[in-house]
Amino acid sequence: MLEIRNLHVKLEDEDKAILKGVDLKIEAGSVHAIMGPNGSGKSTLSYVLSGRDGYQVTDGSASLEGENLLDMEPEERAAAGLFLAFQYPVEIPGVGNMTFLRTALNAQRKTRGEPEVSAGEFLKLVREKAKALKIDAEMLKRPVNVGFSGGEKKRNEILQMAMLEPKMCILDETDSGLDVDAMKLVSEGVNALRDKGRAFLVITHYQRLLDHIRPDVVHIMADGRIIKTGGPELALEVEQNGYADILAEVR
Amino acid sequence: MTALLKSKRDALSERLAGQIPAKGGWLGAARAQALSRLEVMGLPAKRDEYWRYTDPATLNATEVTKADLFDAQETPVFDSIDRVKLVFVDGVFDASASDDLSLAGVEISHLSDVAEHDIHWAQSLFGVLEADAQHPVERPLAALNTALARDGVLIRVTGKAKKPVSLIYRRQSSTGDAMLHHVVRLEPGAELTLLENGPAAARLNTVLEVDIAQDASFHHVRTQGRDHQRRFNTHIFARIGASSRFKSFTLTANGKLTRNEAKIVISGPGASAHIAGAAVGDGDFHHDDTVFLTHEAEGCESRQVFKKVLKNGATGVFQGKILVRPGAQKTDGYQISQSLLLDEDSQFLAKPELEIYADDVKCSHGSTSGAIDETALYYLRSRGIPLKEAQSLLVLAFLAEAISEIESDEIAEEIRGRLEGWLSRHRG
Repeated sequence: MLEIRNLHVKLEDEDKAILKGVDLKIEAGSVHAIMGPNGSGKSTLSYVLSGRDGYQVTDGSASLEGENLLDMEPEERAAAGLFLAFQYPVEIPGVGNMTFLRTALNAQRKTRGEPEVSAGEFLKLVREKAKALKIDAEMLKRPVNVGFSGGEKKRNEILQMAMLEPKMCILDETDSGLDVDAMKLVSEGVNALRDKGRAFLVITHYQRLLDHIRPDVVHIMADGRIIKTGGPELALEVEQNGYADILAEVR
Repeated sequence: MTALLKSKRDALSERLAGQIPAKGGWLGAARAQALSRLEVMGLPAKRDEYWRYTDPATLNATEVTKADLFDAQETPVFDSIDRVKLVFVDGVFDASASDDLSLAGVEISHLSDVAEHDIHWAQSLFGVLEADAQHPVERPLAALNTALARDGVLIRVTGKAKKPVSLIYRRQSSTGDAMLHHVVRLEPGAELTLLENGPAAARLNTVLEVDIAQDASFHHVRTQGRDHQRRFNTHIFARIGASSRFKSFTLTANGKLTRNEAKIVISGPGASAHIAGAAVGDGDFHHDDTVFLTHEAEGCESRQVFKKVLKNGATGVFQGKILVRPGAQKTDGYQISQSLLLDEDSQFLAKPELEIYADDVKCSHGSTSGAIDETALYYLRSRGIPLKEAQSLLVLAFLAEAISEIESDEIAEEIRGRLEGWLSRHRG
């Protein structure tokens, strides 16, 4: 599904390397987690994959189902099936949540040469998905993320994911700012989307999210590289001992 | 006499070039009085503080600068709305192109044939609000309009009008110089929606005097013609009585020069006045909103919401004032003027002012200019919305607060559609 090879990335405006050779291969149907200390490059990886400005790829490649992601515009990556659930979802005053969802869904379908979803079909679909995430009609009517609580913003990200049905979902610290109940709700939303044709990359600081979204593979990232890969037990090890042992071991 | 005043009076003599107001009846008298006011002031000059950001030269000039006709090739705005249509061609009422002017609770006549009639209500209004509006800032072009305008409508509303009255301005001449003077009086409890649209003339000067008695509602929505080279100078003078509502919204797309002035006086308690504008300009576009809003009575509310989208060297101007007179306690005044600059060549000049002489009021004002929010743009694109479409969404979102000032959902939707059309034609 997603294949990253020797990815080197620096900031566009300064000579600061952030990713220093990331290799990662995620198969369809699997859930991978990336953990790592602050500043290790986890969020940068998600931004670079989704096409955010401000980063320069100096070496390496990233492809989605064999297609070179790095050559595509952000909207093309989305239409190709990539989705990033933001750590800090953006507030957009003046754009209604429903308008946003429908515009996005139909834009992607149009790019893929599929027919647009009618207003009626869309409404039915969005109500059904919103209900599962306990998102009420009021929240759907409001401008995108404006006045949403931290938990509401994250649920709204998962709603977008559920509506857009991407193939490759990247969740960037989706657990940050969530209380226990909200985390459960969000995790259930994610788990409901688990499918043999879909893959997940879950970026998190803490093991607790992985109690809810069970990963197949866990990677530890530090200083712009993946330094260790293992099974779910690796996350537990981090939870108990912190990153120091692993970092020391690798060095 | 100062040198400045002399030059302003000289400019007036040159402009008038022997023209005198039409004589006869009460209207002739009102016109003559306007000319007297005007002769004291002369025409506006770039050196006047009030014209600091907009050069009045082409509005003053004797010769009208040619403005090519522009075929928008689209369904005229408000076409789907059931309304009573009055058509003006190059500033002259065209009865054959207009609807039958009967509408329950509304008396409509026009200036060109009113001199012979004794219309009491109009006598106490025509030129009166304009004369009041000459203080504290002079508006010579409005006095010029009162003195010389030969056409316009006189509307008296005694009931709740079932449908809007719609003024449609067409043009056939590339050098037409139109002046229209409209007077509207809403009697107690009356309601009216007034629509205006169309390119009107190469140069257009309008005055709209609106007198609203108590418990009445006046809604005004206009779109200003898309002809690229036209020049408009418009004036709204409104007096708002107790517990009445006034709402005015203007959409401006294109036009070389537009100066929309308004002087609104909230004179009765418990009244509200909202004035809003959305302007979009690409290239040779200068758009000026100059608003003076006075709170004279207690417990009134006002909103000024002006949004401009500027690109390729377009210029936006906002001069807005809220004046709260002594005794106008519990005033709630809000003013916002914002520009979205789509490139570095465009500019926004703003002078927001508050002058408050009452101690128990709530007034806020804000003025900003900025570029499209790149983070929001990335967020939309990351969901699959193409760049141009995402930009349009954000531009419409920026204009939303002004559009939301339109009372009718149907008309607001129409305005939104026009803006979407403009944005899709001016992408990139």
